[in-house]
Amino acid sequence: MSLWEFANPNRFVRLADRWLPALWTLSALVLATGLAWGFYLTPDDAVQGSTVKIMFLHVPSALMAINGWIMMLIASLFWLIRRHHVSLLAARAAGPVGATMALIALFTGAVWGKPMWGTWWAWDPRLTSFLILFLFYLGYISLWEAIEDAESAADLSAIVCLVGSIFAVLSRYAVFFWSQGIHQGATLSLDRETNIHNAFYFPLLVSMAGFALLFITLVVFRTRTEISRKRTRVLLAGAVAK
Amino acid sequence: MIPELGDYAFEVLLAYAVTVVLLAGIICLSLMSSARVNRTLAKLKSLLNDDD
Repeated sequence: MSLWEFANPNRFVRLADRWLPALWTLSALVLATGLAWGFYLTPDDAVQGSTVKIMFLHVPSALMAINGWIMMLIASLFWLIRRHHVSLLAARAAGPVGATMALIALFTGAVWGKPMWGTWWAWDPRLTSFLILFLFYLGYISLWEAIEDAESAADLSAIVCLVGSIFAVLSRYAVFFWSQGIHQGATLSLDRETNIHNAFYFPLLVSMAGFALLFITLVVFRTRTEISRKRTRVLLAGAVAK
Repeated sequence: MIPELGDYAFEVLLAYAVTVVLLAGIICLSLMSSARVNRTLAKLKSLLNDDD
């Protein structure tokens, strides 16, 4: 099956209707398993105590907030270059989901930071670029709501998405660009020598998979809704023209 | 039911509670928005069919 088959709204709706029940079930099961494993079955960390359990919320939500924006960037590029409506609607659908993930990451980061760093917030490069990414999410959502003309809203929101991508990249790599700051480096690494202990590593992987599945499920579901909303608008415009 | 969380029980429970509320919130909003749009679309289709 080609990726371009999803560009056809009717085909997308048919595929979404077929896959959504399985996606909802799978994401609920994997997310519940990851969170329960992290909360109930992991030991306390020698330095961080029980606050290490916040990692199973903070890391996956931050990851999905950044990757969600990258997904929106790719979808927006498809719109700008190929004018594929479904990809644009998918980007629009992903906005509130990504913003929720960013809000979770910011909140859990602050709650984790207070006992570990002694402060809720610091103007650290990684934290600041992530906050700006969250503000870009809010701006992206607001832009869609504020502009009535659908084509203009689509083009402008796609451009906002391109600009915001700088902060999505900065959020992930700021710790490498600037040595100052209190945020730690990457939690996971392909280099097993420096990785976290397996007692935390495996539940973190499951939790990340759960967040990723929920993100995908919500984006597919909301894209389907956006297609129906567009159909409603077209039918309404046709009825008024008669 | 709740594991021993020591001195940081408040922080850990707060983080989990707020995350669950936010995730439940975005799921509920998505379901409600979908139901509203689908209801409007169905109503519009039936109205247009009646006109034909």
